[in-house]
Amino acid sequence: MKKFAVVAAMATALLGSTAVMAADLEVTHWWTSAGEAAAVAEFARVFEEQTGNHWVDSALAGSGTGANPVIISRIIGGDPMGATQMNTGRDAEELIQAGLIRDLTPIVEEMGGLDFYVDQSLLAPCTYDGKIYCFPVNIHSWDWLWLSTKAYETIGQPVPKDWNEYVASWPALEEAGILPFGLATGWPFSGIPGVLMSGLGGSDLVLAINRDKSADAVRGPEFRKVAEALDHLRSVISPDMMVPSFGDVGNQLLEGTAAGNIHGDWLQGDLQVAGGVPGVDYECLPALGLGDQLTGGGDSFYFPVLPEGTDPAVIQAQTDLAKILISPEAQLAFNLKKGSMPIRTDIDLSGANACMAKALKLLDNGLLPSGDFALSSDTQQQMQDLNTEFLDDDSITVDDYIERYASIIESAD
Amino acid sequence: MADTAVQRVEGAGISGQRGFLRKTFVHNLPAKIAALPMIATVLIVFVGCTLWTIYYSFTNSKLLPTGKFVGFDQYERLFGTSRWNVSVTNLISYGAMSLVFTLVLGFLLAVLMDQKIRFESAFRTIMLYPFALSFIVTGLVWQWIMNPTLGLQTTIRNLGWTGFSFDWIANPRMVLFALLIAGLWQGVGFCMVLMLAGLRGVDDEIWKAARVDGIPTWRTYVSIVLPMMRGVLVTAVVLIGSGIVRLYDLVVALTNGGPGISSEVPAKYVYNYMFSGGNIGQGLAAASMMLLTVVIIMIPWAYLEFGGKGRQS
Repeated sequence: MKKFAVVAAMATALLGSTAVMAADLEVTHWWTSAGEAAAVAEFARVFEEQTGNHWVDSALAGSGTGANPVIISRIIGGDPMGATQMNTGRDAEELIQAGLIRDLTPIVEEMGGLDFYVDQSLLAPCTYDGKIYCFPVNIHSWDWLWLSTKAYETIGQPVPKDWNEYVASWPALEEAGILPFGLATGWPFSGIPGVLMSGLGGSDLVLAINRDKSADAVRGPEFRKVAEALDHLRSVISPDMMVPSFGDVGNQLLEGTAAGNIHGDWLQGDLQVAGGVPGVDYECLPALGLGDQLTGGGDSFYFPVLPEGTDPAVIQAQTDLAKILISPEAQLAFNLKKGSMPIRTDIDLSGANACMAKALKLLDNGLLPSGDFALSSDTQQQMQDLNTEFLDDDSITVDDYIERYASIIESAD
Repeated sequence: MADTAVQRVEGAGISGQRGFLRKTFVHNLPAKIAALPMIATVLIVFVGCTLWTIYYSFTNSKLLPTGKFVGFDQYERLFGTSRWNVSVTNLISYGAMSLVFTLVLGFLLAVLMDQKIRFESAFRTIMLYPFALSFIVTGLVWQWIMNPTLGLQTTIRNLGWTGFSFDWIANPRMVLFALLIAGLWQGVGFCMVLMLAGLRGVDDEIWKAARVDGIPTWRTYVSIVLPMMRGVLVTAVVLIGSGIVRLYDLVVALTNGGPGISSEVPAKYVYNYMFSGGNIGQGLAAASMMLLTVVIIMIPWAYLEFGGKGRQS
């Protein structure tokens, strides 16, 4: 009996020590809207269930422009978090070069490679000198034309099947007092040129400009079509009809006060929260209904190098989290809530809605590198300035736009 | 004072030089030791960081300050960027209007307040209240008021005046005035309180003397009281001026630089390129240009203020 008690005591002590081994891991991200918060909670749930570690959630407001600087300055300033989300792209390039981000190659080797990624090009921004420094966790795409079923019922026309039909319907819409194109102020406009580029210009143009940084391609006839489409688009947009946030455009579409919008797939989260059903209340056309490839970006997780003297349990927790984020279970739970495409398709996606199903089909054709993906944040900022100025100032002609776009691409690094 | 020191140096030669060293380093030693932390702060934080900023504006640093020297490349790019040029023009027009209107309105309100009116402290509180709000709150409040589809314009139209139009915030030519309204609403109260304190500091005897001489009240204000308030005026100008140069949060909250780039300001350019653009070199070049502007304004003022006094004594 006494012996049993000793064994029991030892067992409890052991159990106790494993509980002490459980580490707190601080994770920063900017997923703060309702749908996003629900999605990231799935990651936390799977992580805590499978490892017994504690996920310390540090959500930061302000996304790419507000939260990203905070994350970067914390890493540079020597106060790194356990793990952080950032956009898949070149934002962290210099952090990797400076040796501030943990090399994940050993983990990849342990898992036996990353062949399950649906498109290996997703890993390109994470790869530096042949080593892997981050794991993309989802695929987002800008390339969506959203159309309001109700607006087209009002004018008695069928909902367009592609961009050209949509443009042809503008005069009828304007006559009926419906906004042809709903738009929110600020950054949403800056994503539109890229969508027109892949939809109207085609995959070759996107590769020539974003990947090869060819200014000649910008001055070529294909890009001119894109600039002219943009010029036509700005003629139906007026600043006093713009709404404060892209979610409001979603409401305009559901109400039928605006007929269409180009925006990334995260708009779908807002449409769903507002009670919209794809195919009934709104239609979605990937790649403007013209192209057969999507430009892809998304979010990745980075694991900063922790200062010396950090509890090994925390470093182990980093390793565990890295594996869990891309595991089938976490991928499924996360992406169904987030409305984005998972990075692996070897999972049961029957829960996906009509729009996501269309996107998954296009995923087989491979992804195109989006501007986010291929251009440095400096170049992106210059593009954004140019686009904002072009939208508002009619004195900038199509020729000026092309020339300034070309000079930005020429000086891109 | 100065004359005697010169005489001593001429007369005593080497011992005078030692006296100078003694005077500089040993005389009143505790006070000098007490001033050391302040001197160190000034040298390291202000001068040091300024030099650091200027140095790195000549490099091609991106996210980290590690770039190599590239001469004036960042400045060339800066002045070739239409967004920067629009920002500078905007700041100059906003600054001039804001300075003039804040001073004039602040002074007029202070004079009205000075007429020994009833409930003065209540009025003072109301006028000063906007100053207690941050620019972010100010900007958001006015954004809603001036939004053409949600705010004042729609309200008045719904009341029956369908021709009423107030869409400054969406109009590239008028958006600076929209900023000005919000800025004045926030800042005039503070200027008024400063001026009021200055007015109250003027001796009653002066008013009595002016009245005996039969000088009209407005004339007394303009020609006698206003010149006597020089100290308060300088304080007000410096405070308003520094508020203008660092104008940022109001723009971010009210228009975010729009429509298009028609209400961009330099501080926003610096922030955007340093943080979201990840281009420290470009951001610091813009910051150095802001510093240069301040220096250009400050040097003549400092010369008048301090140089003038030296000549008097």
